[in-house]
Amino acid sequence: MGMNMKTKLRNYHAVCWDEPIIYELDRNGERAIIVPEVDKKIIESVGDGISSIPKSMRRKNLPQLPALSQPQVLRHYLHLSQENLGVDLNIDIGQGTCTMKYSPKINEQFANSEKITEMHPYQDESTSQGLLEIMYKTEQLFKEISGLDRFSLHPGGGAHGIYTISSIIQAYHKSRGEEGKRNEIITTIFSHPADAAAPRVKGYKIIIIYPDENGCPDIEALKKVVSEHTAALLITNPEDTGIYNSKIAEFTKIVHNFGGLCGYDQANANGLLGITRAKEANFDLSFFNLHKTFSSPHGCGGPGSGIVGVTNKLAKFLPVPVVSYDKGNNKYFLDYNSSDSIGKVKDFYGVIPVILKAYAWTMSLGAEGLREVSNVAVLNNNYTMKKILELRGVSMAFPEHKHRIEQVRYSWEKLAKETGINTENIQRRIFDFGTHYWTSHEPWLIPDPFTIEPSESYSKDDIDEFIAILGQIVKEAYEDPKKLKNAPYKSSVHHIDHDVFDDPSKWAITWRAYKKKYNGYFQPK
Amino acid sequence: MYKIGLIVNPIAGMGGRVGLKGTDGREILQKAKSLGAISLSPKRTSAALEPLSVIQGKLKLMTCPGDMGENEMISCGFVSDIINGIKSKETTFADTQKAARIIRDRGVDLLLFAGGDGTARDIYIAIGTTLPVIGIPTGVKIHSAVFASSPSKAGELSLLYLQKKIHQLREAEVMDIDEQAFRNGIIKARLFGYLKIPYERRHIQGGKLGSSPSEEIIHKAIAEDIVESMDNDFFYIIGPGTTTRAIMQRLGLGYTLLGVDVVYKKEVIGLDLGESELLKLINRGKAKLIITPIGGQGYIFGRGNQPLSPQVIRKVKRDNIIIIATYNKIVSLKGAPLLVDTGDLSLDRELNGYMQIVTNYHERTAYRVKF
Amino acid sequence: MNLKKTVYPYIPNSEPQVQKEMLKEIGANSINELFSDIPEKLLLHKKMNLPKPFLSEYELKRHIESILSKNLTCKENISFLGAGCWQHYVPAVVDEVIHRSEFLTAYAGEPYEDHGRFQAGFEYASMMGDMLEMNVVSIPTYDWSQAASTSLRMSYRITGRDEVIVSKTINPNRLLVIKNYCNPNVNVVMLDFDPNSGLVDMNDLEKKISNKTAGVYVENPSYLGSIESNGAKLSEIIHKAGALFLVGVDPSSLGVLTPPINYGADIVCGDLQPLGIHMNYGGGVAGFIATRDEKEFVSEYPSRLFGIAPTENSEWGFGDVMWERTSFANRESSKEFVGTAAALWGIAAGVYLAVMGPEGMQELGKGIIQRSLYAQKEIAKIKGVKVPVLQSSNYCEFVVDFNNSGKTIKEINKTLLKKGIFGGKDLSKDFPQFGQSALYCVTEIHSKEDIDRLVFALKEVF
Repeated sequence: MGMNMKTKLRNYHAVCWDEPIIYELDRNGERAIIVPEVDKKIIESVGDGISSIPKSMRRKNLPQLPALSQPQVLRHYLHLSQENLGVDLNIDIGQGTCTMKYSPKINEQFANSEKITEMHPYQDESTSQGLLEIMYKTEQLFKEISGLDRFSLHPGGGAHGIYTISSIIQAYHKSRGEEGKRNEIITTIFSHPADAAAPRVKGYKIIIIYPDENGCPDIEALKKVVSEHTAALLITNPEDTGIYNSKIAEFTKIVHNFGGLCGYDQANANGLLGITRAKEANFDLSFFNLHKTFSSPHGCGGPGSGIVGVTNKLAKFLPVPVVSYDKGNNKYFLDYNSSDSIGKVKDFYGVIPVILKAYAWTMSLGAEGLREVSNVAVLNNNYTMKKILELRGVSMAFPEHKHRIEQVRYSWEKLAKETGINTENIQRRIFDFGTHYWTSHEPWLIPDPFTIEPSESYSKDDIDEFIAILGQIVKEAYEDPKKLKNAPYKSSVHHIDHDVFDDPSKWAITWRAYKKKYNGYFQPK
Repeated sequence: MYKIGLIVNPIAGMGGRVGLKGTDGREILQKAKSLGAISLSPKRTSAALEPLSVIQGKLKLMTCPGDMGENEMISCGFVSDIINGIKSKETTFADTQKAARIIRDRGVDLLLFAGGDGTARDIYIAIGTTLPVIGIPTGVKIHSAVFASSPSKAGELSLLYLQKKIHQLREAEVMDIDEQAFRNGIIKARLFGYLKIPYERRHIQGGKLGSSPSEEIIHKAIAEDIVESMDNDFFYIIGPGTTTRAIMQRLGLGYTLLGVDVVYKKEVIGLDLGESELLKLINRGKAKLIITPIGGQGYIFGRGNQPLSPQVIRKVKRDNIIIIATYNKIVSLKGAPLLVDTGDLSLDRELNGYMQIVTNYHERTAYRVKF
Repeated sequence: MNLKKTVYPYIPNSEPQVQKEMLKEIGANSINELFSDIPEKLLLHKKMNLPKPFLSEYELKRHIESILSKNLTCKENISFLGAGCWQHYVPAVVDEVIHRSEFLTAYAGEPYEDHGRFQAGFEYASMMGDMLEMNVVSIPTYDWSQAASTSLRMSYRITGRDEVIVSKTINPNRLLVIKNYCNPNVNVVMLDFDPNSGLVDMNDLEKKISNKTAGVYVENPSYLGSIESNGAKLSEIIHKAGALFLVGVDPSSLGVLTPPINYGADIVCGDLQPLGIHMNYGGGVAGFIATRDEKEFVSEYPSRLFGIAPTENSEWGFGDVMWERTSFANRESSKEFVGTAAALWGIAAGVYLAVMGPEGMQELGKGIIQRSLYAQKEIAKIKGVKVPVLQSSNYCEFVVDFNNSGKTIKEINKTLLKKGIFGGKDLSKDFPQFGQSALYCVTEIHSKEDIDRLVFALKEVF
C-alpha cells in the first residue's frame, strides 16, 4: 500500500555524481558544435578577416576553454542539474521571504516561443505589436492589483526595483528644489536589506526603525525621526515576521505630513492580492517581484523582474520608454515622451520573458483566482504555524499576533539552550530529507531564526510531510545532538570548509585562480 | 598546538545567591559562606570548557592549582600544566593578578578567566591588552563587556578564535561597581579600562566569517560622519570609550580613553575633565555631547562616565546629545532599550523616549532610551 | 455567484473540503478571520476589476498565442540589428540545460542541496575568466549597463576619487543608466572621439584626465563597431594619472580580439547575451564584471562571487567569497546592493562556452569579421552609400552612411521591411554628426545569400 510520509519519512538520498570540474573533462581537439562555415566566395573576397584587426589587438593564443564532445557537455551539465533542488522537486516552503511557488509549464512554452525569443528590441514597432500588447496589458493588470496609476516594467529584480524607486524619489524632490534638503530615507530593520542598501547608492542617509514590543515597526520612533529632511519611507508590510502592520496608513500619513514620499516594498505581497493594496494605504510608489509573487521561476537567482508602480504625480519620472496605446490607430508604441524621466535603469524595456510569464499566470487566475492565491497562502501559513509551534523547542517572535499573513519568523532559541543545536545545524540536517530551509536575513534580532513561507502551491499533505521532517530533526536534537551536528549525510557533498572564502591567499573564484594558487589539487585533510 | 590559560576566581558569584551583591573583601566572603553560599564557578567553568573537547588532543592548557582552575580541568578530563607560586585554596585578588602575569609570560594564545567584574579588573591590572582574553561569566556583577553571554558561549568563542575562524580582536570595557555602594542600593560604576577579546560579529553564520569590516573600520566611519557635521559654534564634549576615541583620532587630537575630553573648533581644549570644569566650559557657550553606551548592558549615562553629571546633561540639553555605537552593539541588546541612570530621577524621565544612534557613516537608528 | 467553488489547478488547497479541515485545525471559522490584523478601512471591499481569466490551459494558450502571433521575428525576416542585443546562434544543448526544472526553479539554496548551481556558476565564471584572462568574474548582474555602472562605482571606491570619464562612443542608452547610477556621488565627464576613426581622442583624454579621475570607461569594440587600436597608449595615460582603466567588451569577439587585460584594463565588463542567450526583445541580457585577483578589487564587488573549496571528503565544494561585502549580509553598509538578477543566463553562457570550446570561439570571431567585411565591401558598391564611415577596423557592427541617398533611415528601413529585411539601427538621433546613418550588424547567422539579399534590396531602394 502507499506510504504515509507523515509517519514514515522518505528514505531520501540526494543525487551525488562526484562530478569533476568541466576543465578536468577537457580532451584537446574535441568539438561539441561546428560553427557555420564561411562561404568560400566571402573568403576569396575579404581574406582571413583576422589580418584586418590591428596587430596589438589580435588575440595571440586560443582561450584556455575546455574542449569536449557534445554528449559529454550535456552529461556534465545534467549531472550538475541533478545535484540541484528546485521548486519542482521539493516541498520548498522553508525558503521564507522568497515566495517559492509553482511555475506553470505552459508559461515556459510561451516564453520559449520564437515569437518572443527571436525578437530584437529595435525592430519596427509594427512588427512587435504582440509583445507591446503583452507589456501594455501587464501594466493594466498591475494598475488594478496595486491601485497605482502607472508602471515601469524595466527593473530586473526586487533590489533593482527599490533602486528605481529611490531614483524616482530623488528626481521628485529635485523637481521641487528640495534635493539637497531631503537627504534621509527611513526604513525598518525587518524590511528587506535592499531597502537600506539601494538608497545609499543614491547618496541617502539611512534611518532605521526597530520593532516595538508588539513586533510592528515602532510608530513613536517614526514620529521622532521624521522631519523636513525625510525624502521617503521605504517599508515592507507585512515584514518578514509575517505580521501585518495595522498602523501602516498612519505611517504614510505621518511621512506625507512632512512632505516625504512613501515607497511600498511589496516583496511580501503574496498574502494580500485582492485584499489590500498600496493605494488604500496611501503609498506613492511600490514594486512587485514577478519572479516570486507572480510565478515566474527563480532561475537560480534570475532572470527576475521587479516592476515599479507610481501614482500620477510621479509618472513623469519613470524610466523611458513606457508602453502606450494609440487608440485611434489601434497601435501599441514605445513612449519616450517624458522630459522629467530619470533616464534609464536598464537596457531596453525590461525582462520580457519574465513579464510574459507573469501576464499568463495572472490571466489564468483573474481577480477571484488571485484572491484565492492569497487566501490559500495565508491559510497554509497559519496551518503551518499551528503545527510548527507544537514542536518542542520552537517559538515565534511576538506570539501575541495570533494570525500571520504569508510567512512566520520562528526561533529555535529554546531548542538551542536545551540541546546546543542551532538553526544552522538544523539547516544542514534538513538536506538529508530532500528539502531545505533558509535561516533568515541579517541581523538576527530573533535568536536562531528560521522563516517558513508555505505559498499557495503546497497541499496539506505536503505541509504535514515538511513538519514531520522538522519533527524528526527535533527528536534527534534531544536524543542524538552529536549526530545532528555532523550533518549533512545524504547530500550531494559533505561539509565544506568555508574559511578559504575569506582568505585572499586561498580563495579561488575561477579555475585559473585555483590552478595558480594550488598548483594541483587541494590536499585531502 | 593551541595554547590556553585558565584562571578561575573560585569565590565569584557566591555573594549573589545569598543577596550580598558581590564578594569583594574577606568579611563579605565569610558572611556569604556562613549564609550557605556555594561557588558557581566550578560548574560554569566546566560548561565553558566542554566545547573545547573537540580539539582536546591539540590543546596545551595552563592553569592554577586547586580551586583556581585545576579542579575544573580534572573534572572535564583535561590534562594541564599547573603553574607554581599560587595558593590552591583561600585565594585573593593578588593570586589572580599574579597568575595572569605568569600565564602571559609563559606564552599562551588566549586566556580564559572565570569570575565577575572584580576578576576582570584584576586581569586588566595585571596584563592590560597584551593578551586576548575571554571572560566566563560566573560572578554576580557582570557589567563589563569582556564576558561572553553564557559560559558555553565563552567556550564556543574560544574554539572559533583558536581555530582562526575569528581573526579580529576588539577592545571591550572593564567596568566595576563600588560594591559597598551597590549593597546600599547605589550603583556607581567605573570604567577601569579595556581588555582585548575576540571580535564576534553579530552571530556566526555557516562559517561565513572573517571578512566583515573590523570594528575599527566602523568606528572610523562613525567618526567621519560626526566630524563631517561638526559645528564650530559648539563645544563638543567627548565621552569615554573606543567608539568616541575614533573621533579624536580622526581629528588628529590627543585624547583620554577613560576620561571626558572637550573639543572646540576641532581643537582640544580640555582632557579628562571633571564635572566642574565641564560646567565652566558649557557656561561659556553651546555644547554637544557625544557618548557611546558603556559596558554590555546599554547604559549611556550612569555607568563609567561620572563627570557627565545631571547638571552637565541638563545644561547640554537632550537635543544636543549624540549617541554613537556600532550596529553590532545595538543588535547585541536584542531589542532591549538603551538605559540611563544619571542619579537624578526627573532627568532620567526627561531622557526617556527615542534618540538617534549614529551606527555608521550616514546611517542612524531610532532607538528607545529608558530609565 | 457560482454555487460551486472554483478549484484551481495550481493551488492544491483551493479544494473546499481541505480548507475546512485546515481551518478547524487552526481554530478559525473562516479564512477572512486570518486577516484580522488588517484594519477594515484598508481592506479592498470589492473584487478587483481584472479581465475574465482563462481557466483552462487550452484557452490560455489560445489567448497568448493569438497575441504573440502578431509579432514578426528576426527568424521570419533577415535582421541586421545589433546595438546592444545581437542575433547569434543558440546551440540546442544550451536551451536543454537551462530549461531543466532543477536549474529553472531553484533559487537561493545552500551549497549542499544546490551544489549543481554553485558548480555551474563557478564554471561559468571560470570559462569567462579564460576568455578574459582574468581570475575573478562575478555572478551576472542585470545587464552590461549595470555592470559598467558598478565598475565605475568600484573605481570610485578603490581610488577614493569622485570623477569618471566615459567615452562618447559607448551605447547611448548605457550612458543614461550610468548617469543615473553615478548621481549624485560621482561626476561623469564625457570623452570625445576622433570623427574619422571613431576611436578615443587622445588629446581630449589628456585634457580631461586629472588627479580627480577615478576611472576611464571605454568600450572595445565600441558601440559603433570600431576596434580601438591604441589600448596600450590609453592605459599609459590613465595609469599615469592614478586612475583605473575600465573596458566594456562584447565577449563574442574574444576568440580573435585580445583580452583587455593585455592592454592594461583593470576592470572589464560586458554582456553575456551574445553567448547563448536568445535576444528576447532585449530581455535576455546579463552583465558580467571581471578583475584581477587582488583583495582591493575583490572587496569592492557588490555581486556574489562563488569560490571553490574542498569538502571534508575531498569532493569539490563551493561557497560565497567574502559574503560580508554583500547587502544580504550587511544591509546598509554593503557595497551597493545585490539581489535576484540573471543567474540562469550565466549558466547558459557557461554551457555555451563549453559547447563552443577554444576553436569554436576563434572560428566564431573570425567568421563574423569575414562576413562583416564582405557586407561592407558589397554595400560600398551601391551608389550613394558610404561604408565604412569610420577609418578603423571593426567587429560585427559598422556604420553605413545614406546621406547621399536623399532618404532618411526611417524611410529606407520601411522599404527594407516590406522586403522582409530589418535594416540597421537608425543613428540619426543619437549621433547627429553622422546625419542619416545606420548601424548594421552582421554575425555568424548571416549567410552570403542573406547579405547579398540586403545589398540587392538596398539597390532597389534608390
